[in-house]
Amino acid sequence: MKINDVILQTATKLVLFVIILFSIHLFFAGHYYPGGGFIGGLMTAAAIVLLLLAFDLKTVAKILPFDFKKVTAIGLLFAVGTGAGALLFDAPFLTHAFTDAYLPLLGKTSLHTAVLFDIGVYLVVIGVTLTIIQTIGESE
Amino acid sequence: MLETVVQFALLCIAIAMLGLIYRLVKGPTVPDRVVALDALGINLIAVIALVSIILKTNAFLEIILLIGILAFIGTVAFSKYLEKGVIIERERNS
Repeated sequence: MKINDVILQTATKLVLFVIILFSIHLFFAGHYYPGGGFIGGLMTAAAIVLLLLAFDLKTVAKILPFDFKKVTAIGLLFAVGTGAGALLFDAPFLTHAFTDAYLPLLGKTSLHTAVLFDIGVYLVVIGVTLTIIQTIGESE
Repeated sequence: MLETVVQFALLCIAIAMLGLIYRLVKGPTVPDRVVALDALGINLIAVIALVSIILKTNAFLEIILLIGILAFIGTVAFSKYLEKGVIIERERNS
């Protein structure tokens, strides 16, 4: 018997974007409110897991053609790079700096290099979670 | 006044959660337990909302959405396991 899960797939197509927007909000709110790279990455991974549940491994690999081990590596590179970037300015390792910039649309914005470190955490969490889930899903 | 009302509502939700835990322990079939777990998650959302009213903080509002999403994904995963035997398929046969 062929099982037709059209309700699940349609609901997934709508809910997926809400979850991804929520994870982006959690990621960028991390400096002033609860949230940050870790929980933001976990929510993005949860959105992709929902996509895996509604569809299958092959379709998701076609939608998101990333090797998630490489995503982990790029995240670690971001974290180490922001730490090592401080060495160029004669400061100790992992010294962070911030500046107030006037962006065209956003107005006065405080830009902090800790966000780049947080992007590293975000990518590592997504990469590790999805590598684990895809590896378990592919084994028989 | 508001605090009394919120505490009474918390008491009511605690009683409801006890009933759901009874269904979780006793439930004769697996789908009974899955539905009980889903409803426990929803009641947990209500508890968090009421506790954040008592503590006069809005630091927990993200947790509400978080538990809603996690309860949905967990229930979908469990019902797919019960229906098809696998949670993540390799390739759909369609």
